[in-house]
Amino acid sequence: MRGNVVIAGIGQTAFGKLPGRGTISLNIEACRLALADAGVEKDAVDALLVKPPTSNPQFMYGQTLAEAMALQPRVGGAWDQGGAANLSLIAFAAMAIEHGQCDVALVCYADNPRTGSRHAYEKAWGDDAAYGWFGVPAGYAMLARRHMEEFGTTSDQLGAIAVAIRKHGAANPQAQLRKPLTLDQYRESPWVVDPLRRDDCCLVSDGAAAVVLMSAQRAKALGVKKPVPILGFGQGQSSWDVAQRADLTRTCAEASGKTALAMAGLRPEDIDVAQIYDCFTITVLMTVEAYGFAPHGDGGPWCAGGRLEVGGELPVNTAGGLLSETGMPGLQLVTEGVRQMRGEANLQVPGARNCIVSNQGGIMHTHSTLILERAA
Amino acid sequence: MKAAADAATQAAFPAPQPTELTAPYWHALDEGRLVFQRCDGCANAWLPPRAECPRCGSRAWQWTQASGAATLVSWVVYHHAYHDWFAKRLPYTVAVVALAEGPRLVSNIVDATGPLRIDMPLRLSIQREAGTALARFTPA
Repeated sequence: MRGNVVIAGIGQTAFGKLPGRGTISLNIEACRLALADAGVEKDAVDALLVKPPTSNPQFMYGQTLAEAMALQPRVGGAWDQGGAANLSLIAFAAMAIEHGQCDVALVCYADNPRTGSRHAYEKAWGDDAAYGWFGVPAGYAMLARRHMEEFGTTSDQLGAIAVAIRKHGAANPQAQLRKPLTLDQYRESPWVVDPLRRDDCCLVSDGAAAVVLMSAQRAKALGVKKPVPILGFGQGQSSWDVAQRADLTRTCAEASGKTALAMAGLRPEDIDVAQIYDCFTITVLMTVEAYGFAPHGDGGPWCAGGRLEVGGELPVNTAGGLLSETGMPGLQLVTEGVRQMRGEANLQVPGARNCIVSNQGGIMHTHSTLILERAA
Repeated sequence: MKAAADAATQAAFPAPQPTELTAPYWHALDEGRLVFQRCDGCANAWLPPRAECPRCGSRAWQWTQASGAATLVSWVVYHHAYHDWFAKRLPYTVAVVALAEGPRLVSNIVDATGPLRIDMPLRLSIQREAGTALARFTPA
């Protein structure tokens, strides 16, 4: 399986505020761009897999999208796994291609919470609303506090993650937020839910992205330029809600990363560049621990000191991630991973051979990992 | 600011919506008791209310009164109100609390005179908010 399936094309819309655009329209634009990038006609697509829009999930969304594209894919549908779904769909598509279920797969995602509704990110957690328990940031803040109290992780260490990623986003002409951040500015950033400040939290964005998958053999036959091999993938599900989780500082990212690295036959030190889901700074910190880059509990000091910046030991989110490029849940990390593996990224990591990508959903309830290799 | 303050005064309390399953939990709190579920088969203890024991799947379980002793797992301080009812309470604390008997729940820490720290001992302090009895905790 390792390397048998490639990402042959990538596409993305503009990011930010896109009034008047529905998610079907945004998905179609991203898919059209991805197919053009791969040099593949739409009619060749026989798998269409989509993560439903977070802000407005709809019944049979995959079929609605297929109809709007006049496609009758053999394999199709939507997968609800929160923010981990995009990578899990890529993994599913790779397995379907490997086993002859389909030949050319489109995986896409679109949402418009910036011009539409942010309710999904701000709603009550059931009857616990009576205690004031609302919103996604608070769930991550609960994990962050435990990490800080248990291991001495500091606010400045979380800030260093935001500083690194915002630096990369500021250099990206396509990014929604092109404003670099200093640690002093971070310290003055207002609390949202202490210990998380505004600048620990990702953007809210309209936009879409899509990728085209096929076998390496087919890509070669079709003359696809710079196909990027998929070396490994994995998943994990923490399942328990934050309040019920036995250990707030450990997550299913560990199982997911381990599975993906084993499949790729790689160790953490073989990874040259990482696209880590950064819905909040603490998510990056806990993911680099779970993936084995940093020892458990040492993520704070490990992430500080420029290690995550281009030129550092593990450049992370080289297009600006969710904190700076677009708050879209995850597929933009894949398109940037592909650009890095093609040697065409805006902030290219010189000589990068292997890229790890993380997606995750809920309050670290779900996790999915993808490992890409440099295009031949 | 005045308009916001007025809105907060008039906002409805986001009261629990008891179901057949959760009504005994809220009823017990109303009578001054915090209860959790304990499995007849495997002795597992849990909250929030579920129809089946999440460990063994048994539907045979009993409501059991908690001692009120607990520890602090983690906490956050809201500086943003996601619901108008809480606008006038900012900043307020929400915590994850572990009962001595095992179950964990979301709660508020109230009447703390010093700084909070993880794993600190807590004791139950049932308080009413807009007429609803809530299981809050205070440093022991």
